[in-house]
Amino acid sequence: MTEEVLRIEGLRKAYGLLEVLKGIDLTVHRGETVCLIGASGSGKSTLLRCVNFLGYPTEGRIYLEGRLIGRESGGKMAYRESKLCAVRTHVGMVFQQFNLFPHLTVEENVTIGPIKIRGVPPAVAHEKAAEQLRRVGILDKAKDYPSQLSGGQQQRVAIARALAMEPSIMLFDEATSALDPELVGEVLVAMRKLAEDGTTMLVVTHELGFAYNVAHRVVFLHEGTIYEEGPPQEILVRPRRPRTQDFLRGHTAFRMPEPEMTPAAAVDG
Amino acid sequence: MPYDWNFSIVLQYMPQLLWGGLHTVLLSAACIALAVPIGVVLGVIRHQRVRFLAPIAVVYIDFFRTSVALVLICWCYYALPILLGVNLSTFTAVTIAIGLQASAYLAELVRAGLGSISTGQWEAARALGMPGTMRLRYIILPQAARRMIPVFFLLVVEVVKTTTLAGIVTYPEIVYEAFRVSTEVYRPVETFTIAGLICFAFLFVTGRIAMRLERRYAAVER
Ligand SMILES: Nc1ncnc2c1ncn2[C@@H]1O[C@H](COP(=O)(O)OP(=O)(O)O)[C@@H](O)[C@H]1O
Ligand SMILES: [Mg+2]
Repeated sequence: MTEEVLRIEGLRKAYGLLEVLKGIDLTVHRGETVCLIGASGSGKSTLLRCVNFLGYPTEGRIYLEGRLIGRESGGKMAYRESKLCAVRTHVGMVFQQFNLFPHLTVEENVTIGPIKIRGVPPAVAHEKAAEQLRRVGILDKAKDYPSQLSGGQQQRVAIARALAMEPSIMLFDEATSALDPELVGEVLVAMRKLAEDGTTMLVVTHELGFAYNVAHRVVFLHEGTIYEEGPPQEILVRPRRPRTQDFLRGHTAFRMPEPEMTPAAAVDG
Repeated sequence: MPYDWNFSIVLQYMPQLLWGGLHTVLLSAACIALAVPIGVVLGVIRHQRVRFLAPIAVVYIDFFRTSVALVLICWCYYALPILLGVNLSTFTAVTIAIGLQASAYLAELVRAGLGSISTGQWEAARALGMPGTMRLRYIILPQAARRMIPVFFLLVVEVVKTTTLAGIVTYPEIVYEAFRVSTEVYRPVETFTIAGLICFAFLFVTGRIAMRLERRYAAVER
């Protein structure tokens, strides 16, 4: 696990005057699963969006497979949209809201990228799509439209759609947050399987059980900086720093039948 | 005194009325064929706020939407040939007038249709690595088009109705032919009744096609 797939150096991102990311350094190695945790608004989504350039970094460098993305000009990075399209084909993204294409069948959702962007022959693309759909356990729905599927099934299709591009790294932005509780498990199981297959993954999640069991490394983001990071057994069980401890007190690693605790209530109790 | 209906004479002129109906259909089809590509391009330009082109599109759209169709038709038939130094058939002149006007309405429809697609769809396509034109062509436009079907067919109906103004420049559409028939047989009630039925039949079929299409795609939508 020495080969670097993703390297982020001094990443800053501001929306106008609001600086959301304040210098992030992060490396993800091949086959590694890194879980990104942190309070709402801490910049987790912004960080993922910078990695596949849905948002341009204000400052800093991003290397993918050892190659610096963009061109340096006057100390700053300049990005060309046409080049970034190629970069994005190597970075798979799974959204909280699935964002499947509703006018296409499950199969078409998974093949449209390879066929239209990569120019893969349709027969080959369909074969590979079947393989990815099988991986996430949803091959039997290949001819259905997204609207005919449950949220959990839709999210697994979204994962297959991203995998079909054979990306170097998969990004997950709270992939289970929009799901009904009983559907969370099937998506987490699919993600776990990918991780165990050696997929390189950067996962934003509030499922600390998943982070504990699957992640090689957990990164705690606080107000736009990496506040603490390390193996899950350390970060999630014996965090060293106060903000991480506060955050974890507001969470429970296991799903309990009681109503969810708010961070405030957890601190009081 | 009840009106003494007599269709027998008018029915002899049925071929002429149907001929007029056919011209109405042809002219309507030509206008739509001209309006669709222009409308889609202008709608996309408006929605994407393309630099330099978007303001021009706004002027174009406002101009045609506020123009009187009859004036446009007369202008295209009488003035345009002089300015261009070419001969325009009535068909061509009227197609330009009504087609361009319809394209302005369609542009606004396309813009609204594109705007109704969630940003998540754009982002998902972008995240896959699709360039802008591909996102539009394979992901956004097909979805927007489905949502536009009902209003698009309202627009088609408006275009068909507007083509009945083409008689003013002697294009042989249904109303123009009905006038000619009624002045020959002195039976305006029967003549225009039949003309009305022909129009109704055409628009009814158009409406049915719209409904069929709408229902077919509604099943797919969330
Ligand atoms: N497009 C945007 N424009 C302005 N502010 C934004 C935008 N996107 C996110 N933000 C702000 O950036 C901060 C971090 O957001 P986000 O990365 O979504 O956090 P997280 O995913 O950790 O909840 C928030 O304060 C949010 O309001
Ligand atoms: Mg977020």
